[in-house]
Amino acid sequence: MLSIILLSIFGIVCLFLGFLKSKQVLLPAAMLFVATAFVVNALDWNRPVSYLNNMMAINNVSVAFIGIILLSALLILPLTQRYINDARAQLAEYYAILIFSLVGAIMMVSYENLIMLFIGLEILSVSMYVLTGSDKRNLKSNEAALKYFLMGAFATGILLFGIALLYGATGTFTVSGISNYVANNPTGISPLFHLGLLLVLIGILFKVSAAPFHFWTPDVYDGAPSIFTAFMSTVVKTAGFAALYHLLGVAFTGVYTFWGMTVAVITVMTLAAGNLTAVYQQSFKRMLAYSSISHAGYLLIAVVAFNAQSQEAILFYSLAYSLATVTAFGVLILVADQNAIDGRPNEDYGAFNGLAKSNPFLAFALTVSMCSLAGIPLTSGFFGKFFIFISAIEQHMVWLLVIAVLMSAVGIYYYFRVVIAMYMREGSTQTITIAPLYRLILIITTILTLLLGVAPGIIKGMV
Amino acid sequence: MLTLTLIGLPFVAALLLLLVKGDGVKNIAFVAALAEFVVAMVAVSQFSPEAGAQFAANYPWIASAGINFSVAMDGISLLLVILTTLLVPLIVLATFGHNYRNPSAFYALILFMESALIGVFTAQDAFLFYFFWEAALIPIYFLAGIWGGKDRIRITFKFFVYTIFGSLFMLLALSYLYFQTPGTHSADIKAIYDLTLDANEQSLLFWALFIAFAVKMPVFPFHTWQPDTYTEAPAPATMLLSGIMLKMGIYGLIRWLMPVVPAGVAEWGPTAIVLSIIGIIYGSVIAVRQNDMKRLIAYSSFAHVGLMSAGVFSLTTNGLQGAVIQMLAHGINVVGMFFVIDIIASRTKTRDLERLGGITQTTPALSVCFLILLLGSVALPLTNGFVGEFLLLSGLFEYNPWYSAVAGLTIILGAVYMLRMFQKAMLGDKVEAAEPFTDLTFSEKAVLFPLVLMVFWIGLYPNTFLHMTGPAVADILTKFKSL
Repeated sequence: MLSIILLSIFGIVCLFLGFLKSKQVLLPAAMLFVATAFVVNALDWNRPVSYLNNMMAINNVSVAFIGIILLSALLILPLTQRYINDARAQLAEYYAILIFSLVGAIMMVSYENLIMLFIGLEILSVSMYVLTGSDKRNLKSNEAALKYFLMGAFATGILLFGIALLYGATGTFTVSGISNYVANNPTGISPLFHLGLLLVLIGILFKVSAAPFHFWTPDVYDGAPSIFTAFMSTVVKTAGFAALYHLLGVAFTGVYTFWGMTVAVITVMTLAAGNLTAVYQQSFKRMLAYSSISHAGYLLIAVVAFNAQSQEAILFYSLAYSLATVTAFGVLILVADQNAIDGRPNEDYGAFNGLAKSNPFLAFALTVSMCSLAGIPLTSGFFGKFFIFISAIEQHMVWLLVIAVLMSAVGIYYYFRVVIAMYMREGSTQTITIAPLYRLILIITTILTLLLGVAPGIIKGMV
Repeated sequence: MLTLTLIGLPFVAALLLLLVKGDGVKNIAFVAALAEFVVAMVAVSQFSPEAGAQFAANYPWIASAGINFSVAMDGISLLLVILTTLLVPLIVLATFGHNYRNPSAFYALILFMESALIGVFTAQDAFLFYFFWEAALIPIYFLAGIWGGKDRIRITFKFFVYTIFGSLFMLLALSYLYFQTPGTHSADIKAIYDLTLDANEQSLLFWALFIAFAVKMPVFPFHTWQPDTYTEAPAPATMLLSGIMLKMGIYGLIRWLMPVVPAGVAEWGPTAIVLSIIGIIYGSVIAVRQNDMKRLIAYSSFAHVGLMSAGVFSLTTNGLQGAVIQMLAHGINVVGMFFVIDIIASRTKTRDLERLGGITQTTPALSVCFLILLLGSVALPLTNGFVGEFLLLSGLFEYNPWYSAVAGLTIILGAVYMLRMFQKAMLGDKVEAAEPFTDLTFSEKAVLFPLVLMVFWIGLYPNTFLHMTGPAVADILTKFKSL
């Protein structure tokens, strides 16, 4: 709760900092704000409380998810460094919006009332619409923002409609109330309830870009400035999955038979759509967009498995995925700017050719990140997948896993294309100068990825 | 503690190598690999075959999930550790004639690989095994992909995707086994050995595991990555692949397939034998027609590994002992031969048999070494190949004489393609390309002489090694007594 209040204030402060002549102070200030929120959040560890007449509740699980969200944000912020010298960039606004969006994300993680979920989702989404279109001289960015906004507005409408139907059926907005309703009416569940459940599910699945609600993802990810794409694919995804699992795991536990199969089918579609389409991309950034869809698919496996392991598996996976994604976008931003064509960043695979020779550090960091996304041992991504797989194996979902395994093999194909480009092809990239803070971020994410890949016990078993 | 040292030493050395620049890297890598060999010899000296798995070390790894960092060595593990620690220094020494670019990364990858390989051979926890199994793949992928030949990108990538694909099924199988263990679950090898699974489960698990191992060995029809990869990879990577990595597959069969799903092996083992025997004949016949020396040995290796796998599935003491001793023998022969080919190729700039000839005239030492290694490969009595193949074939004979008869063709066909290679490359009139052919240098001798010595040692007194592995093999076969 304190972190929400603090971040709201910090966001406003950030806007006012924009009036200062020097832009230099903005980044340290924003980082300090997020770091403060991170510490404040961590203080809630092992101290579960509920706020606002039980509209929100903080427990260890939500603290951990909020921790991942704030950590991702903290790691992403310094990657905005290139905007500091860009006169057109509205740095203060960017930071303020990012910080506001974090408030939404925290609400999505800790809601106990569907109204809070809705508000959180909206705060996060509206911020993202704006940031997607922030590169206003770029046609692709404008198009992406419009698309995202229109589609997102529809999805929000559907979500709200679903919440209304649930209210009609159960007479309550609270998560526990809905679960009580299911428990008390084992036979006479209203059809409105089922419809409401599906609509709410669609609303959230849209946000985490699960198929068949994923069509916005590639264009939006591609069009948005890379830094905000990184934010979207880490913070939004983590918050979305925390929200989804909380909803299904608490409110709808009793009707697993109803949504289990639906989500399983969506999982398979998501895995297939994400992985198979990613293979055909020529742009690294677009590939990352499809890869983000495929990761939604892996996370959904844990949702479908729905057992004691699931939540922890989602937690670990989100962390592993966020770390790797931050690295991937961090390197992408540098390389794409270096190889810019007509002033526009070049985000194709070709831009990475021969990177290992000119910039061994960047190549190594990106390789670790790609291995992690592909789920190869020694990286955290492996254990992420592993925990998800064992949660599904415990439920004997062999067919789902066989599909997931086949798709992982496909994943290796497109993730390693960039590794091959960096190490095995000849290229002309010059040595890229990396700011110390930027380098530090890449070092941290890489080390954490490797560390969790060797000693996952640090996180696993914590919650 | 010894096992941990064996895994840790090359790993630490590799990390240090990454920090070093310049030409000294080779020497440091060699010294590290040699030190590793010494540690292995200390383990050998303290080893007692009857005591089962020893030199154990066990630390909690993912404590909440019952997964431990648990390593130990029994006879079979130790034999493979000997093979690895013996071959790696020789492979490093074999590179002394070359200057690979970015040497610190190159040698670091070799040592990383050694560390992972020893991990594979000693892991006593299913997930640790899988972890090392995959970890061994990464260095070899980069070794072959960065320092390889012209078509390396496509070919090594095929190899990489192929093997990962196989291993993922193994991961599924191991996870499934893990969840069958009672209580809070454990991935310990003993807990997994103690499981009772029904026949249907065992069949599915058999295939999930077998495919992973079959891709690695490779067994027909999972071999299509192998000849290309062996040909395109740089010589040291080819030696690692054929000399040691291939044995991961056989080792997997013996340690993680047979005792785990005995009923599955009883049901599907015959199919696996047929596939292996097809591989033996198929590989040998293709090898006869090859003109690229590296490709020829690649196919011969494919044929040899088929025999080992058939021997394992014969479920006889002889078959299993043969497979184990043949792993050692094959590793020695094949590394030696690839090295000889590398020497020839770097001096004449070709590996094409049609363009070679008459090399013996100026190179007595090279010719003799080559011939001995080659005869070892052909399984001439008194050489290491004979011991292995004889045991394998006699094991297979106990299982089914007809299979043994067909598989025995490998010896005849082996003689055909090996001697054809020797004849075309080494004998006859001297060709232009071979004109200023100098004999072995000191460092080349230092590689080949120990290998030749091993050829005779195993050929003349295999009991040194058979004695070591006997109890371990018997242990594994007890699982099948009750069937």
